[in-house]
Amino acid sequence: MPRVVVDVVLKPEISDPQGQAVLGALGRLGHDSVRSVRQGKHFVLEVDGTPDAAELKQIAETLLANPVIEDVELHLPTD
Amino acid sequence: MRIGVITFPGSLDDVDAARAVRLAGAEPVALWHASHDLEDVDAVVLPGGFSYGDYLRAGAIAARAPLVQDVVDRARQGMPVLGICNGFQVLCEAGLLPGALTRNGHLHFRNRDQALRIERADTAWTASYEARQRIVVPVKNGEGRYVAAPADLDRIEGEGRVAVRYVEGNPNGSMRDIAGVTSEDGRVVGLMPHPEHAVEDLTGPSTDGLGFFTSILEAAVSA
Repeated sequence: MPRVVVDVVLKPEISDPQGQAVLGALGRLGHDSVRSVRQGKHFVLEVDGTPDAAELKQIAETLLANPVIEDVELHLPTD
Repeated sequence: MRIGVITFPGSLDDVDAARAVRLAGAEPVALWHASHDLEDVDAVVLPGGFSYGDYLRAGAIAARAPLVQDVVDRARQGMPVLGICNGFQVLCEAGLLPGALTRNGHLHFRNRDQALRIERADTAWTASYEARQRIVVPVKNGEGRYVAAPADLDRIEGEGRVAVRYVEGNPNGSMRDIAGVTSEDGRVVGLMPHPEHAVEDLTGPSTDGLGFFTSILEAAVSA
């Protein structure tokens, strides 16, 4: 069954306190090379038949992400 | 006047909201999110809680509930709507109010009595107050940090859409101390603090919250 992946992350101008908390923990663990962490969401959708790109774009942009504060990336199956 | 209070799976403060409506002198009407029946109410309150467990984003799934779609349609025709806490999150997710509510800046749930300043005393839900009046009501949230892109914040401020602001300390890192906003027409208001928990001396830090519920009655009388 075709799998569609949707990645959602806060827009760069919206602060991400969860990502900052992860960054702080990395620093305490000695991983000083990590400069920034942005936390997001990763959705895997299994769909019947050939994925309808327009429909999936709508799903991603109107429910899976809030376009007021989040950017969304849609990854359709390539094969 | 009949004021509907919508219950979602995970609503917590619907009973308190209905009680506040009654104390203000209106008739509370219990509404169920999954129905398509607004039961001829004159206004609607979306209460606090954790609808759908705050899954996906706080308020995101509730905003797509059948009855909320009806509320959106009616609100665009001028029906007054008040969203409190989770209800505010629902109204932002539904696109009736600008901005969004995200995880508190300090990542902790915050529960305390909170001083607020009424910035707009001319909306359907704040007309009982004086402009710049200071009130104290409880605030309790984990995802109450009001955010929007800087340009959007400038527009929201410029249009006078900030209805309520935190004073004497910001409980969650909300941008520009914004606690609540209003629609352009002043009929839809959302705020994170809980006026419905401050309507009786016995249980609240004040009775300052009652004004939100008497305002809507005044608006009806003057309309």
